[in-house]
Amino acid sequence: MKIVVCVNHVPDTATKINIASDKKSIDNTGVTFVINPYDEFAIEEALKTKEIFGGEVVALSLGTEANKETIKKTLAMGADSAVLLRTDLELDSLVVARALANEIKNIEPELVFMGKQSVDYDSSIMGQLVANILDYNIVSTATSFNLDGNKIIAEREIEGGKETIETSLPAVITAQKGLNEPRYASLKGIMVAKRKVIEEKEIKVAENTVTIVEMKKPIAKEAGKIIGDDASAVPELVRLLKEEAKVI
Amino acid sequence: MANKIIAFVEQRDGEIKKSSLEVLKQGAVIATDTNTSIEAVIIGNEINNLDDIGKYGVSKITHLKNSELANYSVSAYTALLLSFAEESEANIFLFANTAMGNDLAPALAIKLNCGIVVDCIELEVEDNQLVATRPVYAGKALTVVKSNSEKTIFTLRPNVFTIGNISDERAEVIVKDIAEVNLTNKVISVAKVEGKLDVTEADIIVSGGRGLKAPENFGMIEEVASLLGAATGASRAAVDAGWRPHSEQVGQTGKTVSPNLYIAVGISGAIQHLAGMQSSKYIVAINKDKDAPIFGVADYGIAGDAFEIVPALIEELKKK
Repeated sequence: MKIVVCVNHVPDTATKINIASDKKSIDNTGVTFVINPYDEFAIEEALKTKEIFGGEVVALSLGTEANKETIKKTLAMGADSAVLLRTDLELDSLVVARALANEIKNIEPELVFMGKQSVDYDSSIMGQLVANILDYNIVSTATSFNLDGNKIIAEREIEGGKETIETSLPAVITAQKGLNEPRYASLKGIMVAKRKVIEEKEIKVAENTVTIVEMKKPIAKEAGKIIGDDASAVPELVRLLKEEAKVI
Repeated sequence: MANKIIAFVEQRDGEIKKSSLEVLKQGAVIATDTNTSIEAVIIGNEINNLDDIGKYGVSKITHLKNSELANYSVSAYTALLLSFAEESEANIFLFANTAMGNDLAPALAIKLNCGIVVDCIELEVEDNQLVATRPVYAGKALTVVKSNSEKTIFTLRPNVFTIGNISDERAEVIVKDIAEVNLTNKVISVAKVEGKLDVTEADIIVSGGRGLKAPENFGMIEEVASLLGAATGASRAAVDAGWRPHSEQVGQTGKTVSPNLYIAVGISGAIQHLAGMQSSKYIVAINKDKDAPIFGVADYGIAGDAFEIVPALIEELKKK
């Protein structure tokens, strides 16, 4: 079975975000970039599926030279090969989805895994877009995944619960935390990954359909008051919530 | 600009979701501001009080009905929405950014070949064009965006757009029986935790962190939540320790929330947690470390021992 796993290179969640001077992007100075946390669950599920059914896992990423760090990590975890779609442009979700889908068409996988959300632009729609371009089935925000022949049984998270989905291959699955426990790259994996080639492709892209007019910081919330340091402050807290904030 | 707006209304178990009422109300405001029409569409089987949506400023709703549509199916719902959208010739589509809305909207965007802007926290008309504000990096930054596409789908973050005043109007309900349903993607069961509120939908959230020391100590968090009609939340540390389910995690690799009141107990306030909750209208922090970053965003704080303060809070809340 051929499996594609899409991986993205994003600022670490522990990083402070500052706006660049163009007021349309973030200032990358001093920002540590890491593999998108949700993509680690996608990689794990891709590798587990390969271990059960055989086949190969192709890592696919779109971005700059820097993305190679995340691709190398994916290879070290166990992906067999990798493709980097090179671009330095800031692209919107639709343009990225079309570029990924184009390459996935060449690879012709039965399964595509990716994180349910990239923790930079936070749209949570990439898997759904790619699936619909390719006419693949989709399970987004998956917390469990089982394959039986052609049949997929997967759970997805909804407000206050879960729904169990039945669908079939070919499909795109977007990974939510809880899907599995991602493995660590072994020393052997890291050594083997060094010999794996990252295929690089220049891409042609269409115009963005959505324009960022401005990027800005949210209005910072100011510190309020410390009412006390023990249980004797509780009646005053409840009074403030009722009478001043009027929220309870 | 807009000559027609369609608002997608979401039902679960035959009940209209509150987040969809927020979408209707905001859609009605935009329709008025741009002097255009708005109508609603809902997919499901038996649905209660559909004409109620008139109260939120939308006077017509089409109900696409079949017993197989009671549960969500991305394949069935996408196909039906696509033909409805094409027939209506609308150019603005509004969804709530829920598990369902965030799944359907991008599918429709591809099928309609139109722009998509998700998780908006503001959607306003400027120079006769819609301008959306959406958080990125879990709220550490905001982007103001415009669509260059002829047609655009916007999804609105739940619990942000206020409903405000409602009228006594009733909506015209058009029921269309659907003959064939595409169930290549089918929900075979739904597991709901009874009476449990989701953090993204709650007006009040009571959250616990590593300061609670052990999973059994979340009992008092649940008790405060129950007394306030609140949802329970958790920090990443509490989730990663296996004390709480991931569905409760607030922060950058969990959920971004903006309730009226957020009570953080034993949460120090790591940057990725603050990003996910600092747009809450009121924040209360209970933490024994008075220098914890959580106090930097809290409206009211008690810098003391949660194991004394929370039981006292439970007693105080029980008084009335």
